[in-house]
Amino acid sequence: MSNAPVASTPPGDQQPKVSQVSEAVIRIAGNSQDGIQAIGGFLARLAGRSEQEVMTFMTIPSTISGGPSIFQVRIGSGEVLTAGDEADILLAFYQHSYESHLNSLKKGGIVLYDADHVKDFTPENETTYRHIGVNISSLTVEAIGGTGRDKGKNVFALGLIARMFDLNIQKLHRLLEERFGTKDPTVLQNAMNCFNAGYNYTLATAEELFRFTPGENKHGHQVVTSGNEALAYGLIAAGVRFGAGYPITPWSDIMELLRRELPKYGGSFIQCEDEIASISMAIGASYAGRVAVTGSSGPGISLKTEALGWASMAEVPLVIVDVQRGGPSTGMPTNIEQSDLNIACFGGHGDSPRVVLAPSSVEDCFYTAIEAVNIARKYSTPVIILTDQGIATRIEAFVEPNLQTLCQDISPDLSPIAEHKPYDLSAPDGITRHVAPGTRIGTGKYPVVTGLEHDEMGHPTGSPKLHVAMTAKRRNKLRKLAEELPVPKVFGSPEGQVLLVSWGSSQGPIQEAIKQARAAGEAYSGLHIKYLNPLPNGLENVFSGFRHIFVVELNDEGFYGYGQFAAILRARYCDPRIRGITKVDGLTWKVREILDAARAMTR
Amino acid sequence: MSSIAISGTSLPRTGLNATPIPPLADSDRKPLMKKDVSADHPTWCPGCGDFSVLALYFKLIEKRRIWHEKIMTVAGIGCSSRFPYFVQGHGAHFIHGRALPFASGVSISRPDLHVFVFGGDGDAFSIGGNHFSHTARRNIKMTYVVMDNMVYGLTKKQTSPTSPIGFKSKTDVWGNFDRPINPMKQAISSGATFVARTTHTNPNHVLAMMEAAMDHNGFSFIECLSECVEFYEGAFDNSNPRKGGKFVEVPKEHDITDEYAAYRLADESAPGNFGIFYKVDRPTKNENETKVISDHRAKVGNLADWQILQKSFDRMK
Repeated sequence: MSNAPVASTPPGDQQPKVSQVSEAVIRIAGNSQDGIQAIGGFLARLAGRSEQEVMTFMTIPSTISGGPSIFQVRIGSGEVLTAGDEADILLAFYQHSYESHLNSLKKGGIVLYDADHVKDFTPENETTYRHIGVNISSLTVEAIGGTGRDKGKNVFALGLIARMFDLNIQKLHRLLEERFGTKDPTVLQNAMNCFNAGYNYTLATAEELFRFTPGENKHGHQVVTSGNEALAYGLIAAGVRFGAGYPITPWSDIMELLRRELPKYGGSFIQCEDEIASISMAIGASYAGRVAVTGSSGPGISLKTEALGWASMAEVPLVIVDVQRGGPSTGMPTNIEQSDLNIACFGGHGDSPRVVLAPSSVEDCFYTAIEAVNIARKYSTPVIILTDQGIATRIEAFVEPNLQTLCQDISPDLSPIAEHKPYDLSAPDGITRHVAPGTRIGTGKYPVVTGLEHDEMGHPTGSPKLHVAMTAKRRNKLRKLAEELPVPKVFGSPEGQVLLVSWGSSQGPIQEAIKQARAAGEAYSGLHIKYLNPLPNGLENVFSGFRHIFVVELNDEGFYGYGQFAAILRARYCDPRIRGITKVDGLTWKVREILDAARAMTR
Repeated sequence: MSSIAISGTSLPRTGLNATPIPPLADSDRKPLMKKDVSADHPTWCPGCGDFSVLALYFKLIEKRRIWHEKIMTVAGIGCSSRFPYFVQGHGAHFIHGRALPFASGVSISRPDLHVFVFGGDGDAFSIGGNHFSHTARRNIKMTYVVMDNMVYGLTKKQTSPTSPIGFKSKTDVWGNFDRPINPMKQAISSGATFVARTTHTNPNHVLAMMEAAMDHNGFSFIECLSECVEFYEGAFDNSNPRKGGKFVEVPKEHDITDEYAAYRLADESAPGNFGIFYKVDRPTKNENETKVISDHRAKVGNLADWQILQKSFDRMK
């Protein structure tokens, strides 16, 4: 919490003072079955409805039930770019939650703990942090009529937080009704009882209560959702009506949503027997006339690369979503990493050009999905959306998109044509276009789409001349795309000491690091690159304004000391100023980590 | 705030020479002849059994008056999988073993097409074995003809999943000892709703099986013995009367809806029986998906797509 000066309540006997705050970072730690994400979700939605910025961060264990889980929510009246390095409040349900997460709390921060489970404190911790113990479990049991079960303690805790931050109780009641109202009425009643018990609990030991500075209503309606949801809805808006996939964390949410939603739009999503079948089925549907989607995470992406190469060779449009997680192999399924850039850009045998885009925020997931579909169609190419575990699961508020103008119809045109040559080498724009099966061709000459090197009609050839020409055709159409791509704008001044280059979900913490560095008088700027393969033209002009160029990414520094994107940029620009800042601890960047590394490298 | 740099404005449909032409009424159309539907001269070795299957596919198109643009020929990798290049019609030559999922994507999204998949025993039962079982169990509407030569031909004589025990290949010079897959049993146990067996040396029978398969509403599978004269010569002589063998048809009294009877039939030793082993009606994946769609469409009523999506966004507020 950045400021706490205003005491709006006169100091009475038991009355804690009320401080205005512009933002707060709340970390909730417990076990995965405690409904921790639900509390975080309520807080995030409430913030969205109150015109406040919000960003969340969560870790969930990959085990079925049990295991520690956290949810961190940062709510602010200003711009929120990260989920926060340090928490202002830690809500700890168990001793292990208390012990593992105390170090994420800022000094002097408040630890709100379940006194039924958290019992051991060191005197040192008790002086460093402000401790507030509440018998959350037993009070929850009492609130719902003493059934002996503490299910609902998350909602009780939400009530405590609501009291502590003077949150809008009418809006929270409405959220509870929306969440629990559809079930058996006793469920909603229990939830309300838990919430009210928490809210009305006298925070006897609290010295201070808080109130958010009201956010400015600058944008109009906000929506609150996760990256995976935003991406899936973006695909629907883009006109995608067929998808195929295989369950894998953290991609599964997208397939579940599409399976559920697509039938409303006349489409289908098929759960396949494996990753290879799912990309193959999606390619089949794309070939049949309408861009389809497949996706995966981690090992699933490796399995799809052969078919991806076919789409590149046969020049069939396709969208592939890669929700990156910690690798290699099974790796760290529920942790964040940006280590699939190489496989996305180069994975597979042979020269197989494809497009790679990375969304930078939850909002950007929605728009990137639409753009990926457009690129796939326009350039008849596979397009990979590189999102990641962090962006997939976190919740953010953003301005509601104008769906009426964004939704597209991309159904195939099957009307007959005189003549057709898909791999036409003399096409003026150099781009292959297929006609969907079912299209009558006047000449009676029909094309074959194929993974063999082929002539203009798609028939196999061993001609060296044709292989050279077709390889160039597949490459040059994406060079054309590069010309069309916008050059990213520099964040901050176009000249200075350090340029921090980011891609994907690291944009937020990197921009915050730049703000902090500039506030400290250091000449830092940022460049966020969304189009990773091919790169937009003109980046060298941006680089020329800086002494150091650091590529900040969540992957390993490799044999030669550069992360995956840094290595690509060095190969592209042969610029020794380009260096890497990397880490692989499976967590999002902390602003401090970025600044410490950058400062050490410029010393 | 995000935006979209590459817009989804309407795209030119095809390359240069594509100008629209008027539609053609069915009554104005002539049935396709062999010359209309044959394309490249097959790359197969002289005497290869696959020639027979190709010729009968042409005959099927001609006889059943399938319109040119509705022919959809899909294959994976192998000698027989070169099939689409030899057919003048929309064709797809996909990767090894994955022709079925590709064809499933076509079939589910485009019910107006006749989807035919051709391939060999390696494509079907080895690298693509998983897809064979799952496409069968889902009962996705298409016809799958496996030209079984019991050897890898394109890569020049390695053991295939249907090579008999004792078969000598470059990878089993002392003779194969892995038990071969029984394609009929595999198809029946996986849940295929049409399972038939034929051989390239009996053209009338091949055509009859193809016709019945095409008429079947669901996943129809034909194992067609197809001799590789180069690497497994004489493999099917025992079913060829011209070579002293015997072509035994499925007995008249066989009940094609009896799964166990079909299984017993499939258990007979080489050369076995020829004909339809098993045929039942079960809702296709295509029909089930269409039902889900129509149920959902009925619920959303006359809303435009963006209005349906708007409802989802309203719930995020």
